[in-house]
Amino acid sequence: MQDSLKSSSYQQLEKKSKYTNMFLRWFLYFILILFASYFIFPLYVMVVTSLKTMEEIRQGTLLSWPSGLNLESWAVAWGGRGYGAGDTFLRPYFWNSIKMVVPAVFFSTFIGAMTGYVLTKWRFKGDQWVFLFLLFGCFIPFQAILLPMARTLGVLGISNSVIGLVLVHTVYGIPFTTLFFRNYYISVPTELVKAARIDGAGFFKIFFKILLPISAPIIVVTVIWQFTQIWNDFLFGSTFSFGEAAPIQVALNNMVLSSTSVKEYNVDMASAIIAGIPTLIVYVLAGKYFIRGLTSGAVKG
Amino acid sequence: MFKWLEKNLPKIVMAPAVGLIGWFVYGFVLWTLYISFTNSKILPKYELWGFGQYEKLWASRKWLIAVDNLLIFTALFLIFCVVIGIILAIFLDQKIRAEGLLRTIYLYPMALSFIVTGTAWKWILNPTLGIQKMFREWGFENFTFDWLVDREMAIYTIVIAGVWQSAGFVMALFLAGLRSVEDEIVKAAKIDGASLFTVYWKILLPMMRPVFFTSFVILVHISIKSYDLIVALTQGGPGISTTMPALYMTQTAFHKSQVGLSAASAMMMFMAVAAVIIPYLYSELRRENAR
Repeated sequence: MQDSLKSSSYQQLEKKSKYTNMFLRWFLYFILILFASYFIFPLYVMVVTSLKTMEEIRQGTLLSWPSGLNLESWAVAWGGRGYGAGDTFLRPYFWNSIKMVVPAVFFSTFIGAMTGYVLTKWRFKGDQWVFLFLLFGCFIPFQAILLPMARTLGVLGISNSVIGLVLVHTVYGIPFTTLFFRNYYISVPTELVKAARIDGAGFFKIFFKILLPISAPIIVVTVIWQFTQIWNDFLFGSTFSFGEAAPIQVALNNMVLSSTSVKEYNVDMASAIIAGIPTLIVYVLAGKYFIRGLTSGAVKG
Repeated sequence: MFKWLEKNLPKIVMAPAVGLIGWFVYGFVLWTLYISFTNSKILPKYELWGFGQYEKLWASRKWLIAVDNLLIFTALFLIFCVVIGIILAIFLDQKIRAEGLLRTIYLYPMALSFIVTGTAWKWILNPTLGIQKMFREWGFENFTFDWLVDREMAIYTIVIAGVWQSAGFVMALFLAGLRSVEDEIVKAAKIDGASLFTVYWKILLPMMRPVFFTSFVILVHISIKSYDLIVALTQGGPGISTTMPALYMTQTAFHKSQVGLSAASAMMMFMAVAAVIIPYLYSELRRENAR
């Protein structure tokens, strides 16, 4: 008797918890989707606005669907209207950014790999302090180096040039690239290196034969990180360049702020998407590595 | 000679990094520090002038507004990013369908520049054609949302855009933290009759102390350096109501040509960051040495 009572109340309890569970589950998805729409909202607005005509923008609302695939504002944002002075468009600045990003990513990644290799596999007294010395560079507010950097670029004769920006981005990327490679190489067994050294392999041979072949993941993480940082930079770009040498983010900001004619929001949005699309593509294709870069060193299991 | 080269090769390879950082980071910070003690205007002067620039800085109304804004922004930015980040991380941790897709959506703003997202938010928040108009067309005729052009409220639009950009990052940090906890701990607690809420509130979140700490450091760091977003969204306006220290520094240096004063403001920012970062690096290094 007692037993059956117990089991039935238990069943009831289980039934009840099944309903609460289902309710909680719905609630969970509701909240998650609510936030997803908050995050997607600006992107959606950007895309639909860029496809509307100015007339449609004035008539409709933020969310309203464009009447058709109107790509004219994209063409204007990328290639201009074809009249001379005062016609600003993104194409030349997009190439400036490419010319700046490629060498800067290459040099900073290479230097970081070498430094990370030395700091983990050729350890010496005080290497911890050298690491800390470099690591601090990740955190300084760049305002504290803007003034001397502007003067240095002037002295070197490379202010307002893509080369100047390559130098700046290479230097201030080194702390991050070193951190990435150092944290990666520290988990590679040192025995491998020791054995190779006994076999007579030298410094560079060990790097190219043993470490480089297993470095693909960290190279991807570093390259994506540096690419995103440098492509998206505005502070250095706007301080050390203007006019024709400006990278795309600076050009975008100038375009949006220019108050010469009637505000064309569709062109503004198309421009913003063009400036954001390279990093967005990299993120969608290699999100895993992007996130690993973001959280690297932050959460050490 | 060859022997010496071979023995010192590692240090020679490392020299460029150390040299570049030594010169371009430490050397430059010291230069800025020195200039902040001089009476430099357009061009740097090298005679010492004492603390004059710092006195001028802290007597400037614009700087005080900038510091005030920084405090408001940092506090709200921290609270909202951490709360939203934790909620999303915990919810995503419940064996959710399409988790990968949702995670991608929450984190994509981090891949975009503040100039790009600032441009989008400026358009959304503008009262004539943005959200305000949308609600009015939907029938809420008295709906008003003009924070972007309101001196008192404009700073909060920067919070909205900033949280939108960075909350996903906190989510990623916490999700990685939660996933690194051994399943056994959760299972054991559940067998002991703990509800899911208790498991998170009493066991898992307290275990996330290092993640809280990391998020705190990174978010404060982002907010002290925030510059691009303000330039894109408000340019410090209306008036000077949304000025922040980073914007103050560049405006003072490059528009007003007050090099000494801007160096002083840069050093204040440097000290604020150092106060947060040095304890962090110290504890990280100690944790690593302890292992």
